[in-house]
Amino acid sequence: MKKQRIALLGAALATAVALAACGSGGGSTAGAPAAADANAVVQVGSLYEPQNLDNTGGGGQGVTEAFNGNVYEGLYRLTDDGKVEPLLATGNTVSADGLTYTFTLRDGVTFHSGKALTSEDVKYSIEKVLAPDSKSARKSSFPEIKQITTPDPKTVTVTLATRSISFVYNLSYVWIVNDQAGSIAAKEDGTGPYQLDTWKRGSTLTLKKFADYWGTPATNGGVVFHYFTDGSALDNALLTNAVDVVTSEQNPDALPQFADNPAYKVNDGKSTTKLLLAFNDRVAPFNNTQVRKAISSAIDNKKLLQSIWGDHGTLIGSMVPPTDPWYTDLTGVNPHNVDTAKSLLAQAGYPKGFSFTLDTPNYDPHPTVATFVKSELAKVGITVNINVITSDQWYTKVYQNKDFQATLQEHVNDRDVVWYGDPDFYWGYDNPQVTDWVKQAEQAPTEAQQTELLKKVNQQIAQDAASDWLYLYPQIVVASTKVSGYPVNGLNSQFFAYGIKKG
Amino acid sequence: MTRYLVRRAALLAGTLVLASVVLFLLLRLLPGDPANALLSVGATPDQVAAARHQIGTDRPLPAQFAHWIGQLATLHFGTSFVSSLPVGPEIVSRLSVTVPLTLAAFVLAVLVAVPVGFLAAHRSHTWYGALAGVVSQLGIAVPAFWLGLILVWVFALRLRALPAGGFPPDGWATPGDAVRALILPVVTVALVMSASLIRYVRSATLDVLGSDHLRTARALGSSFLGAMWRHGVRNASVPVVSVLGIELATTFLGAVVIESVFALPGLGSMLVRGIAQHDYPVIQGVLFVSTFAVLVVGFLSDVAQRLIDPRLRTSFGRRR
Repeated sequence: MKKQRIALLGAALATAVALAACGSGGGSTAGAPAAADANAVVQVGSLYEPQNLDNTGGGGQGVTEAFNGNVYEGLYRLTDDGKVEPLLATGNTVSADGLTYTFTLRDGVTFHSGKALTSEDVKYSIEKVLAPDSKSARKSSFPEIKQITTPDPKTVTVTLATRSISFVYNLSYVWIVNDQAGSIAAKEDGTGPYQLDTWKRGSTLTLKKFADYWGTPATNGGVVFHYFTDGSALDNALLTNAVDVVTSEQNPDALPQFADNPAYKVNDGKSTTKLLLAFNDRVAPFNNTQVRKAISSAIDNKKLLQSIWGDHGTLIGSMVPPTDPWYTDLTGVNPHNVDTAKSLLAQAGYPKGFSFTLDTPNYDPHPTVATFVKSELAKVGITVNINVITSDQWYTKVYQNKDFQATLQEHVNDRDVVWYGDPDFYWGYDNPQVTDWVKQAEQAPTEAQQTELLKKVNQQIAQDAASDWLYLYPQIVVASTKVSGYPVNGLNSQFFAYGIKKG
Repeated sequence: MTRYLVRRAALLAGTLVLASVVLFLLLRLLPGDPANALLSVGATPDQVAAARHQIGTDRPLPAQFAHWIGQLATLHFGTSFVSSLPVGPEIVSRLSVTVPLTLAAFVLAVLVAVPVGFLAAHRSHTWYGALAGVVSQLGIAVPAFWLGLILVWVFALRLRALPAGGFPPDGWATPGDAVRALILPVVTVALVMSASLIRYVRSATLDVLGSDHLRTARALGSSFLGAMWRHGVRNASVPVVSVLGIELATTFLGAVVIESVFALPGLGSMLVRGIAQHDYPVIQGVLFVSTFAVLVVGFLSDVAQRLIDPRLRTSFGRRR
């Protein structure tokens, strides 16, 4: 029953674009104000236990949730509302050719072990992400780095091989680690407001306040992450006050019992997790744009979302969620229309439909969605054979060997539309124009140009129905009204705990 | 008896060695590559190769096996592929949940099942005797997780008397919290376990009640309870003890569903996680420990049976 969400990070992206899209509040935190107790320990409930404690060692979503911003800090921070802010760097300058970045480090920063932060630690940390044995999901996001130099303890210079407008954004994922720390798979040495107290595998991870933190100290006395494998057990823990806040509610049926109870608050945040029906665009019949468009039109995404999440979640019509700078509403490109679907199929040479195999990961919501897709496509004469596979098999069969016709998968990261520029990616979408736009966007001199190009990419993939983007997940944080100041968007699985107040 | 014990212990050791070989080989037949579990989706072939080398799965099987057995000989269970943490201490920490859970549930189940089963047999003609039989039948049909959910709903969510799940981060250093955390899981496991035990106790008692020797004892002037104690219990407990052994062994790892319902960090969930992640050292470690436990339980139940029933003692000697 392990949930494995696939973290696919875009290669080419912008530095810092603030977006207060959509009226539902750009604020990053929520909760009613409470008379806070600075020594109260916040009990956090989560379904995502770290695999290990090193985000370059396959630590996964869980370690990002527990450690990003809490235990480790980057030169920059990606805030909960998607802004990139200086953190351990006070600023940077870029050379005229856009290839050399010079970063100045903050004064007075010390690691939990007591050592002062120097430019050598930064060099070590960037190289750790890029090392051959690094398992960082972010590794491929970085442009080729020619050289990292440390002219003095407070200055780092990075020279890139090609321009990369999203370089600073990507640095927000690089933990700055003490270069003397050695393996951090089971321990830590960061600069954040908390340090690791204990990690009891399968159960809890406890963070305590770091006394010598350089910045504003945490507004609580510490954090305990409680890990659950069963969503209902997690909800019960919240109902019995064993936990104060659930980082990401994955059980739609549980929402009413919290929404109707004044002791809890259900927060609808902004998600970046998209559920895809991904075709293998290399193989017949999915190498035919009309077939893909027909399927996109045949499936009623609105009904699907409604049946799984009720009033939560969003329809997107393409890969870009509303929080990305290059979002445009494309839900009208392939609208739900069974007649259109039928005539497109006839034009494509399949008036009587065809049959295909849908590789379906065995964890929620994929099996349910597969059944829905099957019944929708039966209405236009297409037969779907549902093949249930484990996440491990998905990785080998679909992702590595590209041996599939169509599959279901959730893609969690923001700014990941750029994968459509890579013809070798698992879904095999190959449009040289799109590939070129993605490349140009990454090397664009301004964010405005980058945004313009990626908007075109988004438009084009929607027109080509490169995949069928079923819906954008809701991001729901449920919390007791005794706590406030928690992040509601959980952008890229981060969960900043230092601002949480508990009354 | 000493000779028997030595022989039986040697058999136990031999089985353990054989089991470890089978266990090691079976794991290698599982589809999938443990290196994948370590990597995220963007991994290059170089990263995959590096991961394989790091965890040692690129080495030949005999070398991997020798390495593992070598570690076991010094009571080391190796290091998890995924977490880089040593497996041994985690097994110990999880045993501190699983062993008390299993033993307490076992004792409770026996305390419930023996009198109820006896009553169901001895008073089968009365309404409560019949009811005991029906309830135990029903108990067998009820899935453990469902019972767990009901108990959580009543005692944790409604009455707020006990925690809904979890185990204190400090474990047995906070004994009060640890005990409270285990009450509902213990009751759940015990009720399910006792349902089938009642059936066995009942049928064993029925056999004895209808036996000639009990009638003879009664005819010679023993009171019913006296005859039952002297001749009945002893005979009835032989089959029950062997079933008890099997139940105890099953619960040891079989509590995984209960662990999930109650969010307990027990041995079962460690095994499930290990399998999902292809974490060979974890799987091997857990299965080795549990195999050992099961064999020891089997050993103890055999010995107990021989202590109870002198006929077994002689037959063993004669056959050899």
